[in-house]
Amino acid sequence: MANAKSKEQVVNPIGASFTRNDVYEKVTGSAVYADDIQFGNKLLYARAKRSPYPHALIKKIDISKAEALPGVKVVVTGKDFPNRIGLYLQDKTIFATDRVRFIGEPVAAVAAISEEVAMKAVELIEVEYEELEAVFDAEFGASDKAPLIHPDLDKYVCPNFIFPKAGTNIANHFKIRKGDVSSAWDKCAYVVERSFKIPHIQHVPIETHIAIAQMDEKGKVTVWASSQSPFAQRNLIAHALHISQSDLRVIAPLVGGGFGSKAGVTMEAIPVALATKCKGWPVKFLLTREEEFYTNFVRQGLTIHVKVGCDKEGNLLALKNMMYWDGGASTEYGTNVTRAGGYSSSGPYDIPNVETDSICVYTNHPIGGAYRGFGMSELHTGLDQAIDELAEKAGVDKVTFLKKNGVAEGDVLVTGMIMHKNGIQECIDNVAKSLKMNEKEKPSSPDRLRGKGIAAMWKAPAMPPNPGSSAWVEMSEDGNVTVGLGGQEIGQGTFTVMAQMAAAALGVPYEKVRIAGPVDTQYSPYEWQTVASRLTWSMGNAVVLAAKDARRQILETVAEAWKESTDDLDIINGVVVSYKSERETSLENIVIYGMPKENNEGWTGGPIVGRGSFMPKYVTNLDAETGQGPRAVVHYTVGCEGLDIEIDKNTGTIYVLKGAASFDVGKAINPALVKAQVEGGFAQGLSSAMFEEIKLVKGVMTNPSFVDYRIATAPDMDFPLDTPFVEVPQDDGPWGARGVGEHPMVPTIAALGNAIYDATGIRLTNPPYSAEKIYLAMLDKGLVK
Amino acid sequence: MTLKTITLTVNDLVETVDVPQNMTLLQMIREKLSLTGTKNGCAAGECGACTVLMNGEPVNSCMVLAAECEGANIVTVEGLAKAGKLSTLQDTIIEAGGVQCGFCTPGMLISATALLKRNPNPTDSEIRSAIVGNLCRCTGYVRIVDAIKMAAK
Repeated sequence: MANAKSKEQVVNPIGASFTRNDVYEKVTGSAVYADDIQFGNKLLYARAKRSPYPHALIKKIDISKAEALPGVKVVVTGKDFPNRIGLYLQDKTIFATDRVRFIGEPVAAVAAISEEVAMKAVELIEVEYEELEAVFDAEFGASDKAPLIHPDLDKYVCPNFIFPKAGTNIANHFKIRKGDVSSAWDKCAYVVERSFKIPHIQHVPIETHIAIAQMDEKGKVTVWASSQSPFAQRNLIAHALHISQSDLRVIAPLVGGGFGSKAGVTMEAIPVALATKCKGWPVKFLLTREEEFYTNFVRQGLTIHVKVGCDKEGNLLALKNMMYWDGGASTEYGTNVTRAGGYSSSGPYDIPNVETDSICVYTNHPIGGAYRGFGMSELHTGLDQAIDELAEKAGVDKVTFLKKNGVAEGDVLVTGMIMHKNGIQECIDNVAKSLKMNEKEKPSSPDRLRGKGIAAMWKAPAMPPNPGSSAWVEMSEDGNVTVGLGGQEIGQGTFTVMAQMAAAALGVPYEKVRIAGPVDTQYSPYEWQTVASRLTWSMGNAVVLAAKDARRQILETVAEAWKESTDDLDIINGVVVSYKSERETSLENIVIYGMPKENNEGWTGGPIVGRGSFMPKYVTNLDAETGQGPRAVVHYTVGCEGLDIEIDKNTGTIYVLKGAASFDVGKAINPALVKAQVEGGFAQGLSSAMFEEIKLVKGVMTNPSFVDYRIATAPDMDFPLDTPFVEVPQDDGPWGARGVGEHPMVPTIAALGNAIYDATGIRLTNPPYSAEKIYLAMLDKGLVK
Repeated sequence: MTLKTITLTVNDLVETVDVPQNMTLLQMIREKLSLTGTKNGCAAGECGACTVLMNGEPVNSCMVLAAECEGANIVTVEGLAKAGKLSTLQDTIIEAGGVQCGFCTPGMLISATALLKRNPNPTDSEIRSAIVGNLCRCTGYVRIVDAIKMAAK
């Protein structure tokens, strides 16, 4: 027994920074992404005919010349696909039918034997339009002066927590009425009122959207897509095309960056529509980089008017938020962004009186969808800068102000939900300490100004009340474990974290666990979507349940064979041990073949298959007029970020000296992966803060390339970034874990805005805070000549 | 479209390929040679995902015509590992945790390989300049730079 395998030193899979289980393929070039799959010489190439107008009626479409072009296999228009689809509000069709609502909206599509022929055919499609007055501003769009973009809004289907206003451009109006804001202002010693305009930005995955679709002769459809939502796509596309969900198979290989853009259904439906008209032929549709910038989801713009007040000691008393979201031509997903912005509109602060109107407005801009932490970066950009200003007015140092008002266990939130235990105080302390927030430090040269900024944040998974996860666990003769799951590996490392959890729950070493990929709706278990930072928590719970189910089956098998009780058995390091008899058996073979009973009484057990299913059941709807209800969300992840910067007085250029970010992750299942998420999210947040804006002029994006739409490069990130995390466990999270994938980009714009203010005394309301904008503001203020 | 027959070396193997005059090196690598490790991110020479070594220098393969590659020596990400062993950079990027979605990784590895060949001991800012043309949206470049530093040691 001394050398028994069960006694070998083994790393606890929980809390260990294991190497990612997809990394060897990714560094050798053998990892398979959708565009790497080979389809042979029957492959057809799709291109879309797109609207050149922001708002127009379609009078006539003539596809005859395109159809006659040699090499063209099929041309489709909206008339064959009239069904409306949408994740929350069903306001979208695959192609525009009677009118176009943004520049780039697909009106027709072609499948041809080559890209060149498909592009030529698209040019031969003739569309006659009658231009209509367009809406380019959300506040104007919400007024009764604006032309209607969706006159049929009253006929659209949506769940009972979305509130469209028929006869207007308002697709959702979410309200919070907590306490009594109007009488609270009198009790405030200090009040700040500010407006911010946060521009549209793009997710910019390095892999653009791609989907390949094929319908077989019997009418079954297979889709290969770079996707965060294979199951949602199966459901929505099947609905749009009137085919059964089980006749639509979505295979989702590795994703080359998602950030929300590859959630729900966007361009994936186009090759499917084409494939239905040319059975037996695979049709590939790959977006160009220009198309990626504005024809698919973007992060919608926000105009936010914040009024916030506190008493003499700096205790927050009242908040009024007026938010106009520029939802774009379709708000099928955006209506829920607006909702999230509303029910989290206090930020991570305890405020007794809150009034919020979060209004989602149709405009003739690109379609707003989910973008990493949706609604929260936009909200916090306004709120946390207003709070920074209020702290200064109240004469309370900023760190103390945030801590004094930070949300605590038992606080009644804006929705009436009671806050759970959380580590916001530690997160703020970590950032304050890392950046020495209490010290004013000198710039490195007389040509530079120096400043520090801090901002706190929170975010809940934004989703319907009942998004489900499921998983299975199987084993092979060698005792290795295969986990089946439906959540996607989009770079965040979820396959690795799930393997760690399965290993820990079963009692086997991490190295023995494999993930059954790629996700394939034909055999992978159901998962709602890879969004909302929900997988570690939700899919993690399903995987743990499946692993425990497999473990139970193994122990019952061994108990019966050995005539012992399962209470005396355990699985340690992949070996079943009995504490009573001190017998041992490895998992090899018994997990497939079972075990012989003693005294030649036959066999017990058989192939082990564990199953797990998880769905939150306690989330309630909120009152339409007040936004009040017992439990708005599953939980909140809180955190804080800060920046120590210098600004060049001659150019306005920002030099980051140091960054700090601290989030309460509940439990870091894989600390290195947590830190990698925080680093990448911080960079994406900083990039959006300094550089990024979809420049829209009358509905036209004027900068749809990497030359004109700059994202952060390696030299831009040349500074130390401190990322200590906090672990206050989540009551229903696996080992206490909750998500952190989106959160690191949420407070970054506000933290930078606050640092710029500290350096210059200038409050730049509208990001991006470019060198040019800073320089001109300094000139204006007389800081430079 | 007229075809041109070219002979070139790709990952130490001599290849003779018929290419249309307008085919890019990227298309030839992916479609004619089925080496799909090299990625297409913009087809405009702006993102660096398609970086390969051409006669030892990193190039955006989407901006090079295949027809111009007669006699060229090309190395793609598939050519970095030798005799069943990963290159030092492949090892260090795994160790440092510099891979997330993995789509920029092949181009990033090629640019870094070229850097270390011409400058075995680069400074931090030399590393960052060498990969300025390789966009990454996931990592913030933190662990990619760490990996290159580790490989230089």
